[in-house]
Amino acid sequence: MRIELERRPDVSKLFSILSPFIALGLTIFFGGIMFVLLGKDPVSALYSFFIEPLTEVWSLHELAIKAAPLILIAVGLSVCYRSNNWNIGAEGQFIMGAIAGSILPVVFHEWHSPLVLPLMMVLGMLGGALFAGIPAFLKAHLNTNEILTSLMLVYVAQLFLDWLVRGPWRNPGGMNFPETRTFDASAILPEMIASGRAHWGFGFAILAAILVWFMMRYTLKGFEITVLGQSERAGRFAGFSSRKMIWFSMLLSGALAGLAGIAEVSGAIQQLRPVISPGYGFTAIIVAFLGRLNPLGIVVAGLVLALTYLGGEAVQVSLQISDKPIRVFQGLLLFFVLSCDTLIHYKIRMMWYDLTKTTGEGAR
Amino acid sequence: MKKLLLALATTAAVIGFSAAASAADKAKICFVYVGSKTDGGWTQAHDLGRQELEKALGDKIETQFLENVPEGPDAERAIERLARSGCGLIFTTSFGFMDATVKIAAKFPDVKFEHATGYKTGPNLATYNSRFYEGRYIQGQIAAKISKNGVAGYIASFPIPEVVMGINSFLIGARSVNPEFKLKVVWANTWFDPGKEADAAKALIDQGVDVLTQHTDTTAPMQVAAERGIKAFGQASDMIKAGPETQLTAIVDTWGPYYIKRTQALLDGKWETTSSWDGLKDGILTMAPYTNMPDDVKALAEATEAKIKSGELKPFTGPLKKQDGSEWLAAGASSDDGTLLGMNFYVEGVDDKLPQ
Repeated sequence: MRIELERRPDVSKLFSILSPFIALGLTIFFGGIMFVLLGKDPVSALYSFFIEPLTEVWSLHELAIKAAPLILIAVGLSVCYRSNNWNIGAEGQFIMGAIAGSILPVVFHEWHSPLVLPLMMVLGMLGGALFAGIPAFLKAHLNTNEILTSLMLVYVAQLFLDWLVRGPWRNPGGMNFPETRTFDASAILPEMIASGRAHWGFGFAILAAILVWFMMRYTLKGFEITVLGQSERAGRFAGFSSRKMIWFSMLLSGALAGLAGIAEVSGAIQQLRPVISPGYGFTAIIVAFLGRLNPLGIVVAGLVLALTYLGGEAVQVSLQISDKPIRVFQGLLLFFVLSCDTLIHYKIRMMWYDLTKTTGEGAR
Repeated sequence: MKKLLLALATTAAVIGFSAAASAADKAKICFVYVGSKTDGGWTQAHDLGRQELEKALGDKIETQFLENVPEGPDAERAIERLARSGCGLIFTTSFGFMDATVKIAAKFPDVKFEHATGYKTGPNLATYNSRFYEGRYIQGQIAAKISKNGVAGYIASFPIPEVVMGINSFLIGARSVNPEFKLKVVWANTWFDPGKEADAAKALIDQGVDVLTQHTDTTAPMQVAAERGIKAFGQASDMIKAGPETQLTAIVDTWGPYYIKRTQALLDGKWETTSSWDGLKDGILTMAPYTNMPDDVKALAEATEAKIKSGELKPFTGPLKKQDGSEWLAAGASSDDGTLLGMNFYVEGVDDKLPQ
């Protein structure tokens, strides 16, 4: 017996809309069973997970902080993936953006001016874009596989940051601990509203999502991205250059990842440390697909994913359980959402014929 | 469909419903862990401390923890969540939680905070640490007695003062027995990575060391040492199971007594901010049983342990020279704690260049 996924001839509009809700229902059902088996009250678990983080002002701010880098990176990645360029190295571009943007507050720490902050953001975008330029160059001119090169460069960026904060950029007053000096007030991204610590990174994320959505929907560039992504050959007939598209999409996503990096460092961490990201660049890949590669969908997906982190902690505190079942629950949610989405486009077909016959044929 | 599922879930909920005992009158003591509470090393030691605390004062307090909290903005949120959920005293158990703890402590003046291994305090923020180096001095003496080649290997994590202090203390202990003793260091640049730690162990053994010690958290080096038939020391937890014929002793972190002491102070209304740095005599670290060594070495180790506990012996006591040959401590002079906590130099005899 063999199981195959077969593309559906047409996609049901109704189920495209219903699919996330079905997935949520399945998650709640199976997650509820898990909590019951653990001897915990599933209603209060689900309440803490999905609702409690949304009931308090401070945790809404935390939600925005957590979602901002995910959305910003994922929006850039959606352009890449739409155009069939598989940038897996956003984590590295995030880090390089953070490093480039931190040059001002760390190396030129005596310079205080209102110009510092905007310059930091620009440098951050440049840093991320240049770092994404490496796999772009390798793919455009040497036909290298960008999945491999961009992924490997993540480790380069991580180790470079590690070296910087332990070596040349180490805080002279920091007791030899691996971190840079803390940023001056003029280099810290301010809070959006006074009621909590959510900084302008979230504003950037929303702005980026709207701009990219507009580009994809209403401009020739957006059309070019879609066409080249679906069929490179067709794109060439239309006069689009796939080489230029590699550069465009990689640099754009690198710049957005870099901006996410410097916004996170300047707004939330306020210094460089050996580790500045709990894997935002990789989680953003999930966010991009969860949002069906649509910038506005990505905003929702980013918020949902951020909610699962906050909710996970809330459940740990309210139910006194370890974080393992929470991870399982997060996994359930992603599994059901992505598999429900897959089943919109594909149907499962069981192939009942005898496999021994096929091998026989193949051998002949 | 969705309604049906919800109904099913609710039914399941009713069946499995168990009312959570209300404990509003008990003081809540909370912990933030950087790793998993069953990591077999650093975090597990803290969690054992938490369990001990519950056992000792369980009728007056309840405990709560968050595990696998990444350092950085996530830590700030996790600590704030605990502060808001009614915790009276919060222990943040990783160096990387320092700035997050400082920020949240300033925001919640009525909650008490204690940060492990850091150096920033406040009116409601204390720090606590353990004089692990006292155990390393004993290990150094044992190593010098046991080693035939006169060279030990040290698997180090990161070049922070805590680790450099341990390396120096080990070598000072060893040189008190054998003034020619040498120490090779490999930086694994990780706290927890069995593969890297095992590689470091192999590299050191290939360079001729015949006693191994580590400042990383897994039992991998112990296993490599066992395979290659040399001796080794355990770290953070008793690792005798990983090397029944191999482990000489281990430094075991026992945070329980400290957690009980501080919680009792909170209950009595006597909690005050401090920078606590206890050692062997306070029971914040203990030595695992001295095994796989001749009786005279064991006697020496036990005698040294007793001397450190009584305060008769301080590991960092002159005459001591720095690695470059310059004078550090004159004969009879002991180092102050400030120098130790900011230590960024090797003492004479370390066969390594300190990463700067």
